[in-house]
Amino acid sequence: MPKWYTPVAIACGLMFVASPLLIANAPYEATMGLVQKIFYYHMPSAVMFLVAAIVCGIASARYLFGGSPHQDRVAWAAAELAVLFGIITLVTGPLWARKAWGVWWQWDVRLTSSLMGWMVAVAYLLVRRYGGPGSDKLAAGLALFGMANVPFIYISVNYWRTIHPATSVVPTLPVSMGLPLWFCLTAFVLLFVLLLKLRIYLEEERARLDALYLSIEE
Amino acid sequence: MKTLRSIVAAVLLLVGCVTPAVARQSADSSQPQPQPQSQSQKTEQQNAFIPIEQLPPQEQLPAARLLIAAYVFVLAALFLYVVSVSRRVGAVRREVQRLEADLKRTGRA
Repeated sequence: MPKWYTPVAIACGLMFVASPLLIANAPYEATMGLVQKIFYYHMPSAVMFLVAAIVCGIASARYLFGGSPHQDRVAWAAAELAVLFGIITLVTGPLWARKAWGVWWQWDVRLTSSLMGWMVAVAYLLVRRYGGPGSDKLAAGLALFGMANVPFIYISVNYWRTIHPATSVVPTLPVSMGLPLWFCLTAFVLLFVLLLKLRIYLEEERARLDALYLSIEE
Repeated sequence: MKTLRSIVAAVLLLVGCVTPAVARQSADSSQPQPQPQSQSQKTEQQNAFIPIEQLPPQEQLPAARLLIAAYVFVLAALFLYVVSVSRRVGAVRREVQRLEADLKRTGRA
């Protein structure tokens, strides 16, 4: 692992330890009250979910058209992170919605498109796991659809009538709420980079293992 | 005979289409029409509004439980994922080291 990995991991761990203090000190939102504080982990995990889908899509495109095995490993690692951050988003959202909207789930465009994006990431992993020979190319094609869904997820709240807050909420937050949010988002970005690097390292070690087995068989 | 069958089929189709529409219309006409609310009724309803914090406890949703559940889920999911990847990395590295040692021993490295 690179030299920067350990210091960044320590910084990220400390940020996650400090984040509950900042969130607890943030003011209550006027209409939703305490439950709105789910936002400080929900929104960063949603952003990381979309970033993971984009990374997976770009790496898959580069693998499809360039053939680099490294890009394939990056895509696989990013797909796993898309599933991880996607499930966090899809669980924390309904926990917040139950109190704020009175329902666990609403089939509105933001929620439904996010669920679809997450299912594409799950499908990518299933194809890689059980698809057999050639599944890498098939999964890469799937990842392109996952990436194409990302702008749709992001802008959906601005174009359709939905009960999910629009994208204009975050830039208009007061400093007392914006500070813990950006702090948590930075912690999630660092975590994403660390996990992506670790997961790519795992794939590189697996490739090395396969090469060793081949050399033994020869 | 063929013509008779066609006529019967057409009549049945017509009855099938018309009956639900007629039934819906009669049901609509039998329901009392909502009367426009007077200004005094509206004011009474507006005054009857109960702020959420004044609701009885059994009608309030526990926000703290939902909040704690969300944060516990996030931290548990991240922790389990980190443990899962670390264990996979550890297993692969041990296997690589074992194979490299075997290759060295057999002089094929």
